[in-house]
Amino acid sequence: MTSSPSPVVSARKLGLTFQTGDGPVHALSDVDLEVAKGDFVSFIGPSGCGKTTFLRVVADLEKNTSGEITVNGMTPEEARKARAYGYVFQAPALYPWRTIEKNIALPLEIMGHAPAERAERIERTLDLVNLSGFGKKYPWQLSGGMQQRASIARALAFDADLLLMDEPFGALDEIVRDHLNEQLLKLWAATQKTICFVTHSIPEAVYLSTKIVVMSPRPGRVTDVIESTLPRERPLDIRETPEFLEIAHRVREGLRAGHSYEE
Amino acid sequence: MSYLLRSWQGAVALLLCLLALTQLPLLGPEAPLPVGSGATSVILLLIAGGALASFLPIPSAALAAILFVAAHGAAWLLIGSVDGNEGHAGSAFFLLVAASWLLGWRCITVLADIEPNGRAAETVLRLLIPAIFGAWILILWEAGTRGAGVPFILLPPPSAIGERIGNSLPILAADVRQTIFKAVLFGYVVGCAAGFAVAILADRVTFLRRGVLPIANLMSALPIIGVAPIMVMWFGFDWQSKAAVVIVMTFFPMLVNTIAGLGAAGAMERDLMRSYASDYWQTLVKLRLPAAMPFVFNALKINSTLALIGAIVAEFFGTPIVGMGFRISTEIGRMNVDMVWAEIAVAAVIGSVFYGVVALAERATTFWHPSNRGG
Repeated sequence: MTSSPSPVVSARKLGLTFQTGDGPVHALSDVDLEVAKGDFVSFIGPSGCGKTTFLRVVADLEKNTSGEITVNGMTPEEARKARAYGYVFQAPALYPWRTIEKNIALPLEIMGHAPAERAERIERTLDLVNLSGFGKKYPWQLSGGMQQRASIARALAFDADLLLMDEPFGALDEIVRDHLNEQLLKLWAATQKTICFVTHSIPEAVYLSTKIVVMSPRPGRVTDVIESTLPRERPLDIRETPEFLEIAHRVREGLRAGHSYEE
Repeated sequence: MSYLLRSWQGAVALLLCLLALTQLPLLGPEAPLPVGSGATSVILLLIAGGALASFLPIPSAALAAILFVAAHGAAWLLIGSVDGNEGHAGSAFFLLVAASWLLGWRCITVLADIEPNGRAAETVLRLLIPAIFGAWILILWEAGTRGAGVPFILLPPPSAIGERIGNSLPILAADVRQTIFKAVLFGYVVGCAAGFAVAILADRVTFLRRGVLPIANLMSALPIIGVAPIMVMWFGFDWQSKAAVVIVMTFFPMLVNTIAGLGAAGAMERDLMRSYASDYWQTLVKLRLPAAMPFVFNALKINSTLALIGAIVAEFFGTPIVGMGFRISTEIGRMNVDMVWAEIAVAAVIGSVFYGVVALAERATTFWHPSNRGG
């Protein structure tokens, strides 16, 4: 649970520059960051600050152009091939021709799990995200919140220790979002996974995280890393406490500083 | 006034009846078998009765039944009255045909407005409406050609075509066997399979992707009229050369659609596969092919009609003495136009069934696509 000697994600002077028609775009520059095992790390910042790009570099969906990064002590590519992480996208990205069950079975099929084990894991993960009984439905028969929960179940199914979540609740309304945030914390406590969570909501970041990484754009960089002093056990009304508001204030200050630096 | 507005078809039908009354008798003075005033008044009563009923607030189903009987009864009697009197119909005849057609129209309108309660009623309605619609095309065709005495060579009445089909079943069956079950089916299956396979190959091998599309494009631009005789030279007179033409015609739509379909899967879905470290074939089978299915079925549907056209036209350029295209080209030369129409009718029915089967398979396979999900 507590930080172990070898971090799950470790970035040193990490940079990524896209070459576009309008010249180079510095999506990430000089990012130094460590994510310890069992951490819940949120990345927050305005759009273009590189928070999603950082997650994609960790996932080996993009390649860094400078600096170094290791995931579980390996290169991101090795980590991806070792199936070290589950990725939850901004949209559920469930395959509409597969039932919820079959969607969760997808990574298990690809990774060659036996049918009996697949069934057992599907049942367990559906239960984790409170979707038991919906396995036979097609994604388009469920609400947006249920679809996103199903996609989280899919990322959990193969038991990777690292969960990368890219604004998973961004498209949902606030009531559903609160509910899913609460569930996500329970899930994190139950599975003891390391979670990297991209968001643009300050309350969401403060509520969920043990560590908040504040980022700013042009070039995408880290402006502040805030260690949360909130307890791990967090009811929804913790958001009214002075401690919570203070952390939120610090995040807001960090975001503002990142902006004034630019203008 | 509001009664009249309830059914303008009924109002016009009544008007046409009055006009027809001034133009009686039904047939011209030289008609060999004049129609008695009894039959004429039955026709007039049927139409007027149906038209009047359409103004009344009767339940839709009952009204539709009354209109159905009135319109088709009148049409039946009218067509019966020109039996033996082809070409002698007077203006009263055509006015009454038009009036009964209006009642038929009203009947379809009433049926279309019914809210079916239950699955069975819905199915019946869904079949009944186009059936009545189709029947009226035949009725107007029959009444028009026989009433006006259109020369048989120009356009035979549907009854004669039906009779010809009934009398020539063995010939038609042999033609269908030759053209459809040999040339079309073989060519369709091989052409579509080849297009599909080459599309996947082109997806896998980069240099093929660059090279194959322009060549395939060229192939699709080949005029079938030019290709057919060459295929006959290469593969002989029998069905193989026609199958070859069908292969050439169906290959390209399948290739292009499959290539487009393989690109249809979204970036996020691909990233997902990448995050699982899925290999090329796993991604192909589990993501890209299912996502391509709507495109593939598009090609299958286009090809179902192309294949039929290709095989029939190809038979114009040399065949053994059997086959639908062969029959059409020889019978038109012998002025047996009814046989030509019989072949056309059979081809149309088979083409529709072919298309329907592919469309059903599509619905079963791509039930998940937003256009097929239904409620």
